[in-house]
Amino acid sequence: MIEAIDVFRAFEPYRRKAIVAATGTSGRHWSEVSSYPARDVSLGGAMGQATSAALGLALGLPEEKVVLFDSEGSLLMNLGVLATIAGKGPENFYHFLLDNECYATTGGQPVPNAAGIDYAALAKGAGYASAYRFDDLEDFTISVGEILNEPGPVFVSVKIVPEIENLPMGMRPARQGRSRAEMFRDLRAELGIAAD
Amino acid sequence: MATQQQAQILRPETLVDAFRQNGVTHVITIPDSETNYLYELMLEQPWLDIVPVSREGEAFGIAMGLNLAGKTPVVLIQNTGMLESGDSIRGMALDAGFPLVMVVGYRGWTRRGKITDSVARYTEPFLNAFGINYYLVEYDADGDRLNTAFEEARETRQPVAVLIGDEYHGWNR
Repeated sequence: MIEAIDVFRAFEPYRRKAIVAATGTSGRHWSEVSSYPARDVSLGGAMGQATSAALGLALGLPEEKVVLFDSEGSLLMNLGVLATIAGKGPENFYHFLLDNECYATTGGQPVPNAAGIDYAALAKGAGYASAYRFDDLEDFTISVGEILNEPGPVFVSVKIVPEIENLPMGMRPARQGRSRAEMFRDLRAELGIAAD
Repeated sequence: MATQQQAQILRPETLVDAFRQNGVTHVITIPDSETNYLYELMLEQPWLDIVPVSREGEAFGIAMGLNLAGKTPVVLIQNTGMLESGDSIRGMALDAGFPLVMVVGYRGWTRRGKITDSVARYTEPFLNAFGINYYLVEYDADGDRLNTAFEEARETRQPVAVLIGDEYHGWNR
């Protein structure tokens, strides 16, 4: 298993101008690593739907590379989206899955069939152009640059170490950073998209 | 007689014309048993991109992403799927605050007789609970309500529903 922040550190040198959305408990580390915050965006709001929103973004911006760091708990709530993505086949879409096998934010309870699901096989079977799985940081670091040069939709499943939170919500430190609306405003400004 | 009968139904062309007039770029949809003519007509439009989804809740996340990209999506689903989509409507449409017209097949609704399909009974209470305004469209003559819905969505930056009370065949009257 790999630390989530190491996944982001290995990815970042190859990010270039890609739009990046990171979800889930582990996704918070992306802001510690990102060198291009104006192209970072939060697509959360309803569990499972960040994946759909990232697809919408990729379909609406076919000239831009869109990278989603998803979580397995979220994906399981919207598993049909794999077929939806494959059906549209966006070549600019890169779907990374950070799989910690549990609901880390609720105390670490396992997701259904936690260790027994091959998400890359699901994605490939749904019709993604290619799919990979990693549980070793060195392998991931060697491969990620080439993977990002492939035509999408590409799926990359990475086993990560769970960072379990068990304090009551009110006792957890507040996360700093831009709101979803602020990130939308900043991304539109970066891309020259007028507000509707 | 044929012309008179024609006037009594809602033609799919009326919806597609409204989509074009209002700058719609994408229709995110799960076809239902009543909307195949509309689906086939939409596929023929080179200016329109159809996004088929696996479950209706996806449609609202995809719509949010498309809006962020500067596009103009419409969601086209049946009322059963709208009920399934509650949390997505909340988190990805209402909370995100962007113009979105939801065209919703009003399964089970009839102007005459007793409504026996539970989904028809729950449709309007659902929309009222979420604070989503809606317009009933039954005939071609109701077509201006489509433009009204688009205008209202743009003005309020909120979802507005269009309930298709009689889906292109005139059987509900």
